[in-house]
Amino acid sequence: MIKKEMIAMLLAGGQGSRLGVLTSKVAKPAVAFGGKYRIIDFPLSNCINSGVDTVGVLTQYQPLRLNTHIGIGIPWDLDRNIGGVTVLPPYEKSVNSEWYTGTANAIYQNIDYIDSFNPEYVLILSGDHIYKMDYEAMLGFHKENNAEVTIAVMPVPMEEAKRFGIMITDENKRITDFEEKPEHPRSNLASMGIYIFNWKTLKDALVTNSEQPALDFGKHVIPYCHKKEAPLYAYEFNGYWKDVGTLSSYWEANMELIDIVPEFNLYEEYWKIYTSSTILPPQYISEDSVIERSIIGEGSNIYGKVYNSVIGCGVTIEKDTVVRDSIIMNETYIGKNCELYKAIIAENVTVNDNVKLGIGEEAPNETDPHIYNNGMVTIGEKSIIPNGVQVGKNSVIFGVTKPEDYPDGYLASGKTLIKAGDEK
Amino acid sequence: MRAIGIILAGGNNRRMKELSQKRAVCAMPIAGSYRSIDFALSNMSNSRIQKVAVFTQYNARSLNEHLSSSKWWDFGRKQGGLFVFTPEVTAESNAWYRGTADAIAQNLQFLKDSHEPYVVIASGDGVYKMDFNKLLEYHIDKKADITVVCKDMPPEMDAGRFGIIKMNEESRIEEFEEKPIVARSNVVSCGIYVVRRRQLIEMIEKGMEEDRVDFVKDILIRYKGVKRIFGYKMKEYWSNIATVQDYYNTNMDFLKPEIRDYFFKQYPDIYSKVDDLPPAKYNMGANVRNSLISSGCIVNGTVEGSVIFKKTYIGNNCYIKNSIILNDVYIGDNTHIENCIVESRDTIRANSYHKGENGVKIVIEHNDRYVM
Repeated sequence: MIKKEMIAMLLAGGQGSRLGVLTSKVAKPAVAFGGKYRIIDFPLSNCINSGVDTVGVLTQYQPLRLNTHIGIGIPWDLDRNIGGVTVLPPYEKSVNSEWYTGTANAIYQNIDYIDSFNPEYVLILSGDHIYKMDYEAMLGFHKENNAEVTIAVMPVPMEEAKRFGIMITDENKRITDFEEKPEHPRSNLASMGIYIFNWKTLKDALVTNSEQPALDFGKHVIPYCHKKEAPLYAYEFNGYWKDVGTLSSYWEANMELIDIVPEFNLYEEYWKIYTSSTILPPQYISEDSVIERSIIGEGSNIYGKVYNSVIGCGVTIEKDTVVRDSIIMNETYIGKNCELYKAIIAENVTVNDNVKLGIGEEAPNETDPHIYNNGMVTIGEKSIIPNGVQVGKNSVIFGVTKPEDYPDGYLASGKTLIKAGDEK
Repeated sequence: MRAIGIILAGGNNRRMKELSQKRAVCAMPIAGSYRSIDFALSNMSNSRIQKVAVFTQYNARSLNEHLSSSKWWDFGRKQGGLFVFTPEVTAESNAWYRGTADAIAQNLQFLKDSHEPYVVIASGDGVYKMDFNKLLEYHIDKKADITVVCKDMPPEMDAGRFGIIKMNEESRIEEFEEKPIVARSNVVSCGIYVVRRRQLIEMIEKGMEEDRVDFVKDILIRYKGVKRIFGYKMKEYWSNIATVQDYYNTNMDFLKPEIRDYFFKQYPDIYSKVDDLPPAKYNMGANVRNSLISSGCIVNGTVEGSVIFKKTYIGNNCYIKNSIILNDVYIGDNTHIENCIVESRDTIRANSYHKGENGVKIVIEHNDRYVM
């Protein structure tokens, strides 16, 4: 008989539209992070480090990169005879076929998968946070309190509390009430979107509410459990936790890794973060290059000058080029004599010689000022930037661009130049 | 599959000096991210040889650790697999491997139980890329009994380290001298051979009866007039790490763009055990020039013309020049290291000074990393 005490369900189907062109072709959990990782590596590594060896990954939006990355789970030791990692896309049924319409609906459509492991507990995770957390300790807390639902929370500054789902607890950490993005928060404990449910409780909630359109954990399942007076507890987490949902927070979280002793330390022996790495060789730093306050991934070749930047694996930065405050993802090529300021450049991009990125006036982005801001230049994957052009701040480029796309060789600040993908 | 693989990884090598004190030569770290045996293993895997035996004896622990999982080279398969054979005590034998032929003899059952017609034998200390399928074709074309891979070396090389080969115009080997004092040719054996499996079993069994234990001396040299032994010239990069100077030079070769391109960029790849280390980190004050830096390193000082292996910490105001720093070394502040090889897992105290004056200096210090 197959039995697992706790299995994890990882919600990785969302687009993450606030990451702009970075998620045009890949789901947010598959976006590169910290030089050699992808965002999903953090929850997956947390799972195996916490002894959770069965993980269902729910995918929907642009799953190719994610599927390739996960494979059969070898990098995370999740290639198991029983359990391991399983990718769960939506599937056609004899009646009522539908996409995953909400977070809880995705779990509802995979009840059979969960049932096949006979779990006592189900851990719900999302694939868009950077953190190290021991889910086993959280499960210990859950059992100790005879909880039916445990929600991981972290204290946030009171003035920021109105951006989050806030939990109000009694002195025993039992949740008495909760509010979604309250104007006047009564507590500063923000939900991290990490839940442990007794499977019985969760299954009942999912089945009972299955008709609810866009069935969601925060909006429907948790309120339902609360109404039924199931014991809900808040598990307080005080470590590093970062939502990388926006380009600004994504850029910040990357930059925090280059501090002398980063708050989120990847260099600790304990609690390794695993990833699928196909590029093994060391990086080469040439005679003329300068590198300061940066991290660089395997197999990169640096001939230029790199300051305050996060560089991925297999990247080439040619001679006389200066890169500052930028993020450059795997296998991207930056030509000679370029200047890059605060650029986020996705994978497999070619920036030809003599290009300047992130110069000129500050001006808001013409199409999506809420996404492209803070003076950043964002370039989508497989884009090509022609020789000698200049690009202003808060701009975005995606696709194979030609010199004629740059009037007078200059793409002004705030411009959007999209020539690929089916949407922005 | 047409061939099985045997990797000879057993030997000690005194010319590696202190570097072989704690590891087999085949487990020597190469080019920042690899071990020398990775090249033979990857070549076999990339040539679709699926069943490979590694014979190991001297300081086998380091090698066994590296081979603890065969998945990195894609040998974790139902068909074939990676077999590590150390000497064992049995009803018939309790001897160590007394030589390369003896190692094969003691594991003859492995050969007998296989069905593949050919055996590719390679030493585990070569740094090279090779498609063994091409070698097999050549072997079959020539109707050879044994094919030996060989390479032209520059005339000034030190022949005493190699097997020296003289071939006729058909590439048949006429002379084979093991480590002669004066070389009569500049063609050397690369320690890579192809033999038909049944032929090999027969020769090894015959050798056992006569108590002959060395593959080169007792098979290649002894049979050279009798059997059809051919040489297969290898044109690409090949280096073996028989001495400290070789080892140093081989690593430094990877600072050349064409060598890096050949091994790191061109198909096929060389595989190695994955260590899951974070990206290399360069702090304020880092000044790195013409060097290879591996994952997990943290650099605060100056590095020039050096190969830095994984997980090395280089303190503030250090000066590392023309050196090789092996895995997991901690180098304290204000340290000067020049023309050195620093042994892995070492801790170099702050304000140290090491310089290889006449040739490469091997630095081994047994300091505690964390002073209480």
